[in-house]
Amino acid sequence: MAEIKNYTLNFGPQHPAAHGVLRLVLELDGEVVVRADPHIGLLHRGTEKLMETRSWIQSVPYMDRLDYTSMIINGHPYCMAIERLLGIDVPLRAQYIRVLFDEITRIHHHLFNLGAHALDVGAMAMVLYTFREREDICDILEAVTGARMHQAYYRPGGVYRDLPDRMPKYEVNKFKNAQTVKELNAAREGSVLDFIEDFANRFPAYCDEYETLLTDNRIWKQRLVGIGVIPPERALQLGLSGPMLRGSGVEWDLRKKQPYEVYDRLDFDIPVGVNGDCYDRYLVRMEEMRQSNRIVKQCIDWLRNNPGPVISDNHKVAPPSREKMKGSMEELIHHFKLATEGMHVPPGEVYAGIEHAKGEFGVYMISDGANKPYRVKLRSVAFQNIAALDEMARGHMLADVVTIIGTLDIVFGEVDR
Amino acid sequence: MSAKLDKLCQNLRDVLGQRIGSLGVDRGEVTLVVAAADYLEVATTLRDHPDLCFEQLMDLCGVDYGAYGEVAYSATNPAGTPRFAAVSHLLSLTHNWRLRLRVFAPDDGFPVVDSLVDVWNGVNWFEREAFDLYGIMFSGHPDLRRILTDYGFVGHPFRKDFPVFGHVEMRYDPAQQRVVYQPVTIEPREVTPRIVREDNYGKVDDRG
Repeated sequence: MAEIKNYTLNFGPQHPAAHGVLRLVLELDGEVVVRADPHIGLLHRGTEKLMETRSWIQSVPYMDRLDYTSMIINGHPYCMAIERLLGIDVPLRAQYIRVLFDEITRIHHHLFNLGAHALDVGAMAMVLYTFREREDICDILEAVTGARMHQAYYRPGGVYRDLPDRMPKYEVNKFKNAQTVKELNAAREGSVLDFIEDFANRFPAYCDEYETLLTDNRIWKQRLVGIGVIPPERALQLGLSGPMLRGSGVEWDLRKKQPYEVYDRLDFDIPVGVNGDCYDRYLVRMEEMRQSNRIVKQCIDWLRNNPGPVISDNHKVAPPSREKMKGSMEELIHHFKLATEGMHVPPGEVYAGIEHAKGEFGVYMISDGANKPYRVKLRSVAFQNIAALDEMARGHMLADVVTIIGTLDIVFGEVDR
Repeated sequence: MSAKLDKLCQNLRDVLGQRIGSLGVDRGEVTLVVAAADYLEVATTLRDHPDLCFEQLMDLCGVDYGAYGEVAYSATNPAGTPRFAAVSHLLSLTHNWRLRLRVFAPDDGFPVVDSLVDVWNGVNWFEREAFDLYGIMFSGHPDLRRILTDYGFVGHPFRKDFPVFGHVEMRYDPAQQRVVYQPVTIEPREVTPRIVREDNYGKVDDRG
C-alpha cells in the first residue's frame, strides 16, 4: 500500500467562500482536516492606534467600518463607553432610537449572514431573497442618516438627529414607468416610522419564505446538521458569545442579563439551540430575526407617542444646534471648542459591552483626561469566533470548513480592525 | 447593583487575601491588579472558586502606559511604574458579574507575563495580538506568532514610541520589477494636537 502523507492546502485569501480576506492554511489527511491555521490581518488598518491620534468624536465613523454588515450597532458600545466615562445621561427617546436601529441592523446582519452562508453551502437563490429585504433596510438607514453603509449615527450623548417625517420616493425615469413607481411608493407615502412599520409587518412572511427554502431542505440539513459541534463547556472556554454560545444551549444574552438602554422595558425571547451544531445556530439566528422584529414594533409604538430630544443638551459633549449656534455667543464657543480641540473626557477606564448581532462586542477605553483616547481596545466578536475555527474544523471534511466559516459569521473589517 | 459589586469585592478579598495588589471600584466596574508572580494562580482561582466563578474571559489586551498623562512618549519614565500591562475582562455567567484583571510586566525592556491559555483556552489569539502589537511575551503560550501585522514585520506598532505612520512604506519598483520597502516619505502631520488639561477641565455635570 502506498504511503500517504498529510499535505497542506492554502485556502484564500481571495476565495469567494473566505468571506473577505481570510487565508486559511489547512493540513489535510486525504479530505479530512487535521489542522486549520487561519492567517488574519490582511485587512488590518490599525483602527485602535488611529483612534489614539483622533479626538473622541472623530473616531465615531471608524466604528462603522469595523463590521460593515451591521454598521450602526458598532458605534453603540463606543458611545456608551464615552458616556460612562463622562457620566452623562442619554435622552430616553435617543435610547429607543438606538434600540430600534440596533435591532434593524441585527436583522440586516443576519440577512447578510444567512444569504452568504447559504451561498457558500450551495443554495444560490437565498442571497437574492435576503438582499431584497436588505435593500429596504438600506433605504431606511439612508432616509434617517443620509448614508446606506457607513452612517456614524450614534454620537456620544445620543443620536445625530431625530427620525425624519418623510421617506424618499422613487421617481419616474426611462426604466420605471408611472405605474411601477406608484406601486413602489405605496409604502413610502408617510414618515420613516411608517415605512419601518410597514417593513416590520411584512418581515415575518419573508422569514417564512427563507424557512421554506432552507429549514427542511434536505441538502441544507445534510450540510449543516452535526457539523462544527461545540459543547457548551467548550463554548465558554473558547470565549464565544452570541448565537455561537446560545446555539450550544447556554442561555446568555446581554440584552436580558445585563440590560442596557431600554431593553429591560421591552418584551422579547432568547432562542437557544440544543446540539450546538451549525444547523442549531442557523435556527437560533432565524428566530433572533423574528424577535428583533418584535422589538422593532414595540420601539415604533413608543417613538410615535413620545417626542423629545434625541441628544444630550450638555454642549461640552454634544454640539448645539446650528440655529442656537448662530444666535448665542456661548453656543458658538461650545461649537468652536468641540470642532477644534474636541471634548475632554475625565481620566479613568471603562468597558462597555453590548449584544451585537454576532455576540458580545465590547469597547475598552482608557482616558487620561486628554482630548483623545489613551487606549481603545475593540473586543471584536468575529476575532474570537475565528479563533475557534481550528477546534471546530478538526476531523471534518474540506467542504465542511466552508460551512463552518459561514456559521462563524466572520466579517473581516471586524476581525482585523 | 452596588450591593452586588460589594459582594464581589468581599468575595475577592476573602478568597485571594494577600495576593490582591489593589482592588478598586470605578464607574460600576471592579478592577483587580495582581503581581506578575501571582497572575496565573489568581486566574485559576478566579475561574474555579465557587464564590467567583469567572467561566469566561471576554477580552485581553496589552496597554502601554509609557505616555499616560503626557503629551507624547518619552524614554524617561517619570512615574517609575512598569510600562506594559495585560488587561483582561472576565465574565461570570453564574453570578452575572464582571471583573477587570490587570497585571504589569515587571521588566520594561523585556515584558513577560504568564499565559492564561490553560485557564481559558479562548485567550490564545488575544495573547498573540498583545504580543504582536505591544511585544508582551506570554510564557507558556503554545504558539506565540504575530497575528495582525504583515509577515516579516519589524517592531510592535501599538507601542507609544512607534509612530502612527510607521517606519517603512512599500512601493513597486519598475527597475527591479518587484515590490520594495523603503523608509516612509510622508511627513507626519497632526491636525488636532493631543492636549492634556489641568484636573477637572473636562468635567461636566448634567446641565453643562
